[in-house]
Amino acid sequence: MSIKKEISSPVPGVFYRRPSPEEDLYCNEGDTVKAGDTIGLVEVMKNFYEIKAEDDGVVETFNVKTDELVDAGQAVAILTLK
Amino acid sequence: MIKVRKPGLQTTVQDNGRNGYYELGMPPSGAMDKYSFHSANLLVGNDENAAVLEATYIGPELEFQEDLLIAITGGELQPKINGNPVDLWQAVSVKEGDILTFDFIKQGARIYIAFSGGIEVPEKMGSKSTYTLCGIGGLEGRALKEGDVLHTGEMKISDVKIGASIPEELRPTFSKHNEIRVVMGLCSYRLTEESKERFLSIDWTVTPDANRVGYRFKGEALDFIPREQPFGAGGNPSNVTDLGYPIGSIQVPAGIEPIALLHDAVTGGGYATVATIISSDLNKMGQIKSNEKVRFVSVTLDEAIQARKEVGEKIEKIKEILK
Repeated sequence: MSIKKEISSPVPGVFYRRPSPEEDLYCNEGDTVKAGDTIGLVEVMKNFYEIKAEDDGVVETFNVKTDELVDAGQAVAILTLK
Repeated sequence: MIKVRKPGLQTTVQDNGRNGYYELGMPPSGAMDKYSFHSANLLVGNDENAAVLEATYIGPELEFQEDLLIAITGGELQPKINGNPVDLWQAVSVKEGDILTFDFIKQGARIYIAFSGGIEVPEKMGSKSTYTLCGIGGLEGRALKEGDVLHTGEMKISDVKIGASIPEELRPTFSKHNEIRVVMGLCSYRLTEESKERFLSIDWTVTPDANRVGYRFKGEALDFIPREQPFGAGGNPSNVTDLGYPIGSIQVPAGIEPIALLHDAVTGGGYATVATIISSDLNKMGQIKSNEKVRFVSVTLDEAIQARKEVGEKIEKIKEILK
């Protein structure tokens, strides 16, 4: 039985899956990530806050699309732990 | 000495503000939630206007290199000393080597961390407050960075017992739906009657453009009364001949997305200000997060002055309790 864990945004703001519009996605659903890898950005107060995986695992799904608003504490992705 | 291990998202040194230079175009800066700010200082025996840290959404990680009394007030952001939760709104003793961290924010938007003695930074135009847009005040005119070192000063004026706290009924409460009181004007005469009513009757959503400078809201468009463009005014119906902007004033450029100007905002310009948030409710405004709702409620100037008096009385009560 694999353990699933939410990756949450500590800040409210606008969610992005790329470092900038011209660059590639940080990761895709199904990708393996390591603890500390950035999986998205949240823009708030003219700052970009990097959302990082806290554990090694596979990104199961993204709950939020690029340009969507997130609340503080909202889960943006689900990680299946390795 | 206090070492900054992690700065948080936007953590600045703030005091009661750079007051008295508004006519020169210098906004006051200073703590956004003055009630929580004064409370934090009183809990550590400081002058109520001593400089503290204001952190938005994400708390900093600090390492203490001296024994100190500290207090954290404001939004619900669980503090931990060496990984053990400690209470907000309480005088907490920390020892050399202790590390302060925070969980995710639950309610509110900003916290205030006061240290006995206050934070010692050079005063600029009579204040220690950071004004980042101009790069003055606080620590080198900027938000904290990893590796910064803070020194405490001589602003302690009384002894407070370790563990002393501010009772529940004197702490602010938070909600995702907020009523913010305003006095209509200075230029609400420029809105149609229908738009004035709409301004006061819809739930406005705070956008991610919400910081110490101002809060931008999304809702519905508002209409201005058609008029002949006066001399010195811009061409848009939301323009007027330049005027001083009251702190907390709300303008609606082109009739879309109202902006409330706060403590780091421009001091004047050519947009009609349709209402002004009363000073006592600026505290509450500073604790509202992006995506939360605000309903503006119109009050008279007398009611605004009464509300300010009530906040002052609460601060006096806190002083009594901590004596």
